[in-house]
Amino acid sequence: MPVITYREALRHAMDEELTRDPNVVILGEEVGQFQGAYKITEGLLAKHGPKRIVDTPISEAGFLGMGVGSAMLGLRPVMELMFFSFYSVAFDQIFNNAANIRYMSGGLINCPIVIRGPANGGTNVGATHSHTPESIAAYHPGIKVVVPSTAYDAKGLLKSAIRDNDPVIFLENTMLYGESCEVPTEEYLIPLGQAKVMREGTDISIIGHGRSIQMALKSAIMLKEKHNINAEVIDLRSIRPLDEAAILASVRKTNRVLLVEEAKPFCSVSAMIACIIQEKAFDYLDAPIRRVTSMDAPAIYSPPLEKEQLPTPQKIFDAALVVLK
Amino acid sequence: MIKKTTSPKKTEVVDPGYDARQAPINAKLGPDEKIAFFRDMLRIRRFEERCLRSYTQGKIGGFLHLYIGQESIAVGCVSVMGDNDHIITAYRDHGHALAVGMGMNEMMAENYGKYTGCSKGKGGSMHYFDPSRHYWGGHGIVGGQIPLGTGIAYALKYKGLKGACMAFMGDGAVNQGAVHESYNLAALWDLPVVFIIENNGYSMGTSQERSSAGENLAGRAAGYGMNWAIVQNGHDVYEVRDKVGKALKLAHDHCKPTVLEIRTYRYRGHSVADPDSTYRDKSEIEEYKNTKDPIMVYQNALVAEGVLNDEIIKKIDDSARAEAETSAQFAEQSPYPTIADIKKDVYWEVDNPQDKKSVGNLFFD
Ligand SMILES: Cc1ncc(C[n+]2csc(CCOP(=O)(O)OP(=O)(O)O)c2C)c(N)n1
Ligand SMILES: [Mg+2]
Repeated sequence: MPVITYREALRHAMDEELTRDPNVVILGEEVGQFQGAYKITEGLLAKHGPKRIVDTPISEAGFLGMGVGSAMLGLRPVMELMFFSFYSVAFDQIFNNAANIRYMSGGLINCPIVIRGPANGGTNVGATHSHTPESIAAYHPGIKVVVPSTAYDAKGLLKSAIRDNDPVIFLENTMLYGESCEVPTEEYLIPLGQAKVMREGTDISIIGHGRSIQMALKSAIMLKEKHNINAEVIDLRSIRPLDEAAILASVRKTNRVLLVEEAKPFCSVSAMIACIIQEKAFDYLDAPIRRVTSMDAPAIYSPPLEKEQLPTPQKIFDAALVVLK
Repeated sequence: MIKKTTSPKKTEVVDPGYDARQAPINAKLGPDEKIAFFRDMLRIRRFEERCLRSYTQGKIGGFLHLYIGQESIAVGCVSVMGDNDHIITAYRDHGHALAVGMGMNEMMAENYGKYTGCSKGKGGSMHYFDPSRHYWGGHGIVGGQIPLGTGIAYALKYKGLKGACMAFMGDGAVNQGAVHESYNLAALWDLPVVFIIENNGYSMGTSQERSSAGENLAGRAAGYGMNWAIVQNGHDVYEVRDKVGKALKLAHDHCKPTVLEIRTYRYRGHSVADPDSTYRDKSEIEEYKNTKDPIMVYQNALVAEGVLNDEIIKKIDDSARAEAETSAQFAEQSPYPTIADIKKDVYWEVDNPQDKKSVGNLFFD
């Protein structure tokens, strides 16, 4: 099986969907001639032409809203945000228009749009460029939220997102763009809302999404090597829909839970999951649920400090030991 | 008191010889079409008067933004729509909805929050939709619908259809960033969109002078190299038809956008909740009503032409009143949505389980 990067996996997903469905169109800043700010769309303009791969002005509210309007009429726009952080200037178009149009029209209109881009910290670009808005996005009924952590998932999930008839927020990670894994050449789709057990274990469930999962896997190895602890690591892959069944099954098996994510702690995805677990599996818990998140402050620039602000394998390791105490 | 903004500005060139009745699009109109415009305007007025009564009786919740005084615009614009033309507007949306052919029943029921409403009671007066009639809402956020209208135009062009989108907004909306972003995109990419500013002189209680820099609103299009025009007499359904028709033709034949500013006036408060006592003189309203009421002016013209007479007028008026009354009864007798309906129409996938591809939970209560 070929080994390709997360970046290539995203590109292949878009390439295949552009080829399959003439209504798919890619729009965003620098996606065409410049070949993508992060080179995700490299080569797509040459292959699919300027009607399908469209360079937009720096006008997020305008072009995202335009994408929403075009989706209402049956196009399947895949909108790239250069940094997902820039969603804030288009908030109204995403969370009023895309999220609500189906509801407010009593189901007469749907909005098959994908809004994708990198949403992560760790690259020393300061608070304005380091937002992780998965809980903000998932807060809105009508919106779906997907966060792939591997190349394999990035491809299968993006293809599903493009075919989905609801608006999907697709959150990537610049720190993962260069990471590779085996990805089949044959076509495959991964359904939204299906978590993946990345490592099986019996002693503690480490549950999260995005790059934190890669860290959790490192922590799990440390736990095994230093303390002979078998940690189970679960990658949610999709926040809304959420694979509650997979979460609860793991909790019932291990009875101990550590939640990890790169976002800030207040009102975050992990806060929501902790709530679900106490509601639905309280009797299975042998210890309080703990969380490892970013430190609760705007993203700091200073490179060595930013590393410390974010989750680390060491922090996850330490927190797991507390849960297991 | 702030002076009215509906008179021509210094540098706006108004052709004294211009006669909208003689414009080709109007010159060929037959009596039936003329009567239809009259009827459509009157239906809007009677419907809204009936809405007002229901609102005052506490049967309609939230806001009620009446279009009374502006009827010639919706009717005029919709009358020139072709098969592939679409429209989208803001929350003052009853007139456009009736003009495209939506029924009073489903509209009134929507106002009442009933399941038989055009959005099953989920949208309310500000959020009507009927995609089957190319009517894409009904939008509550000032200016927020303008990028959507631009996107509809984008999709029409993408699909190779010879159609355009008329994107309506108020004079207050022109100061939203999303509107300017849309102007730029439309001009940059030659999108078939007609941005229509219904300039009724006020955004809530703020007059145009107190909110918008520059001499006029449409002229801002020049900064984007975009065509623009002003309908000085927005109460004249013929002038509306002529100028919108030209803008649509430009969109159809050359894929060029236009900003069209239509001068008009609203008689009622911003919404029914607005006491309308702080920002304009009653005399200003009276003067407009007495000289430029779109229905009265058109009725007089058609009577003079011999197209209308008292008997026909009475028949049309009686039937419009009866239709509005029936819609109120329909709304009254209709059921509310159920608790279970609250969670329908959120996700396409949930409503179409046979085609559902995703797994996992989409709701969390
Ligand atoms: C973003 C936003 N800001 C404020 C409001 C509240 N609001 C609703 S209508 C309105 C006035 C808009 O006036 P105009 O655009 O002239 O339209 P008109 O009501 O005259 O039709 C205001 C301030 C809103 N709905 N959305
Ligand atoms: Mg106004």
